[in-house]
Amino acid sequence: MSKPITVLVSIDSNSLLLGARHFKNYLSTLTENYNLNSIVEILETGSFGDYGRGVLFLVLPDNVMYSVKSEADIEMLVMEHLLKGRRVEELIVTDFDSAARVEATETTKEERIVLRNAGSIDPRNLEEYIALDGYQGLAKALRLTPEDVIEELKKSNLRGRGGAGFPTGLKWEFTQRVESDEKYVICNADEGEPGTFKDRLIMEGDPHSVIEGMIIAGYAVGASKGYIYIRGEYFESVASLRGAISKAYEYGLLGQSILGTNFSFDLSVRLGAGAYVCGEETALIESIEGKSGRPRLKPPYPPVSGLYGKPTVVNNVETFACIPPIIDKGASWFKSIGTASSPGTKVYSLCGDLVKRGIVEVPMGTSVRDLVQKYGGGVPNGRTLKMIQTGGAAGSFIKPEEMDAQLDFDSFKKYGASLGSGVILAIDDTHCAVDIARNLMEFFAHESCGKCAPCREGTHVIVHILDELSKGRGTSEMLNQLYDISETMEESSFCGLGQSVPVPLRSILDRFKDEFLAHVNSPQCPVGACKFEKSTKKKR
Amino acid sequence: MSLVNCPDCQQLFRELDEYIDSVKGNTGVLINVLHKAQEIFGYLSEELQQHVSEKLDIPLSQVYGVVTFYNFFSMKPKGKNQIKVCLGTACYVKGADKILERLQDELSVEMNEPTSDGLFSIHAVRCLGACSMAPVVLVGEDDYFGRVTPDEVSKILGKYRRAD
Repeated sequence: MSKPITVLVSIDSNSLLLGARHFKNYLSTLTENYNLNSIVEILETGSFGDYGRGVLFLVLPDNVMYSVKSEADIEMLVMEHLLKGRRVEELIVTDFDSAARVEATETTKEERIVLRNAGSIDPRNLEEYIALDGYQGLAKALRLTPEDVIEELKKSNLRGRGGAGFPTGLKWEFTQRVESDEKYVICNADEGEPGTFKDRLIMEGDPHSVIEGMIIAGYAVGASKGYIYIRGEYFESVASLRGAISKAYEYGLLGQSILGTNFSFDLSVRLGAGAYVCGEETALIESIEGKSGRPRLKPPYPPVSGLYGKPTVVNNVETFACIPPIIDKGASWFKSIGTASSPGTKVYSLCGDLVKRGIVEVPMGTSVRDLVQKYGGGVPNGRTLKMIQTGGAAGSFIKPEEMDAQLDFDSFKKYGASLGSGVILAIDDTHCAVDIARNLMEFFAHESCGKCAPCREGTHVIVHILDELSKGRGTSEMLNQLYDISETMEESSFCGLGQSVPVPLRSILDRFKDEFLAHVNSPQCPVGACKFEKSTKKKR
Repeated sequence: MSLVNCPDCQQLFRELDEYIDSVKGNTGVLINVLHKAQEIFGYLSEELQQHVSEKLDIPLSQVYGVVTFYNFFSMKPKGKNQIKVCLGTACYVKGADKILERLQDELSVEMNEPTSDGLFSIHAVRCLGACSMAPVVLVGEDDYFGRVTPDEVSKILGKYRRAD
């Protein structure tokens, strides 16, 4: 029998960080203390589509929405509303219109594969995951031969969600074919791409989807050991995964003789320690071996010689989370979503100058325009959109008139817009292109591992030039140098980090050439973001 | 960290050694051990690195190489409350630099150095994965402050001053 009062707690990437789960647990404790649990039902639900107002609690049937920011707020909610039936006016979100909200969600409907459970289940409860077809994919995989699992994956044309888009089935096949006494499966959860926060939501909202994907990978390629390499700064994610792994051991989903078969697989968490380059798979492998994370020369690639020189599959968090439903529902189901060359969905991190910042999952091929305007709600404060960086730090900048670009793995070739790690960073007209470029390049200069000269030196010279430009001390010759350095770095850097630095740099230079030139020729920054130090300005 | 003026050190080293003994023999444990050491001691002093090197039988040069390679590890003491200001692109676009400026003004302290009362230290970090709440300030391990404005900085500091 349903209880007379229901309290819905919004659980999404924002509210989790603001302590939503803690507040919910505190609410449960209080309702229990006050003997209210026979009349009050507390349920977790996904995002209410309302951002930036703290953790939202909707009390039904009264239809009152509270914004909670502290334990004291919860106490008020219980003492006043639940116990005495008095609305706590100061906590009420007044302009919340649930009817309008429902309508809005209809037009911005998402297609959720990766985030199928995030926000709707309690991630610490394995039974809830199982109740929603969790570990069905694994059970089915174990009834197939490893070759058949790989065949299904190849048919699905799933491409790696880390950015490069390499076909996952092929990667697994390469690994499977190499003879070795030991093989490894690694999950790249070193999410450090500025603007990306999707993996975090997956790991904290639905950790078992990643774990299940990894066990299937282990079975398919013949590995008996897996590691999740995760950023040390992601404290919540680490706790969530560690908890989920020990639960999986308890239920016989990890360890010896999984689900009664003779397949065994062990899984553990390895902490990263803050190095962007460790997102590069060979650097990541070095780091798991306990060394400084500097990339290795490729080939050999990890499927042939990876961790401790053994064949190794390295996939991204989002890729692993795609695996269980593909095996469970079949390749043709997966291919019915998205585009022909890039099937399935993509999880995007919408950030920057947008009304609704957050995570959305939509079919591959969705246009930048839809992501910015429909899902992101456009630019706030009456400002105008100036540029969008797609794909992450190493992604390209595009102008608003290029927003019809449809994002998939091949869109970079067609539109110059990269899918990358799925970042949509909107930047409005209060920002200066030179200043944005400088901040971004400082990031690369800081994160360059120092192994090869083009990247180590190149990034520093680029920062120096952009710094001079932003202080009004630049010359037009310097702009040419930026292009020259870009070419050198692209052609001769050791790994993907250095090779990809020119992508954002050139794209912003090409599109905002006038603004860069204005920093050379005008007495001040056109936007007013850079402070010129005129006294030392050299004219050339 | 000098052993002479650190009465608790014996206990802390015992705690670390217990952890090292539990993972010793596994491959590639250095980074995890350093994480644990920093968690226990707050930072990785030269002495501490020497100790880890001896216990794990890994050359000190390699331990030092790893400590200095990764951003997360620190060889200097930090404040009791570490204030991490995200300077990732999304936060930068939303004015993170102004938050950083205000923090430095309020605490009159250099980056990465503890305040004279040892209560705070300020660190610029790259992307905390909370971009939808940009600009983001993280105090300690899990006190996230989202959509921070420069004027809110003193309120945030006050919270930790009171708690002390």
